[in-house]
Amino acid sequence: MTVVVLIAGAMLGVAATLTLIRLIAGPSRLDRAVAFDVLIAITVVGIGMEAAYNRHTATLPILMVVSIIGFVGSVAVARFAARRNSE
Amino acid sequence: MSDVVVGTLLMVGGVFSLTAGIGLLRFPDLLSRLHTGAKPQLIGLVATLVAIGVSTGAALDYGILALIAIFQIMTAPVAAHMVGRAAYRAGKVREDLLITDELSRDLAD
Repeated sequence: MTVVVLIAGAMLGVAATLTLIRLIAGPSRLDRAVAFDVLIAITVVGIGMEAAYNRHTATLPILMVVSIIGFVGSVAVARFAARRNSE
Repeated sequence: MSDVVVGTLLMVGGVFSLTAGIGLLRFPDLLSRLHTGAKPQLIGLVATLVAIGVSTGAALDYGILALIAIFQIMTAPVAAHMVGRAAYRAGKVREDLLITDELSRDLAD
C-alpha cells in the first residue's frame, strides 16, 4: 500500500511539474487558465490520496472548496480573455 | 481486499494526472490541451473520491464525497466550454489542426 501511494504520489509530482512548465510557458492567457485548472485538479487528487492513505475524512471540505475555486477561476479568466482580445 | 481496491484507484488517479501533465506539455493547440486537461478533473478525481470512500468506510461522509463528485462533473464541462468559446472568439484555435469546424459553418449561415 505504501509503495503504491509513493509511486502514485511521484506521478502526481511529475504531472504537477509538467503542468507548471505549461503554466509558465503559456503562450496565451487561456493556455494558462487550462494549465491552472489541471494544477488544481492534481492538487485535489493529491489531497484525496493522502486522505485515502491515512483513512481520515478531515480534508473533505478542502477538496470541495478547492474544486469550487478551480471552476470560478477558470470561468473568470475565460470571461476576461473574451473581452480583451490581446495576449 | 480493500487495500487492493484503494491502491488500484489511487494508481488510476496518478496515471491520469500524469497523462494530463504530459499531454498539456506536448499537445500543440489549446483545444487539444483542453481535451487532455479533463482527464484528472473527472476520472482522476472520481477514482480518488471512491478510494477515500472505500478506505475510510464512513457512511456519513459518502454524502459529501458524492457532492464533490457531482459538482465537479457538472462544472468541468461548463468551464471547458467557456474556455473553448473564448479561444474561438480570440482566434486562438489552429484551423489547420481541425478536421471539421461546424461552428464556423453555422455562423456563416
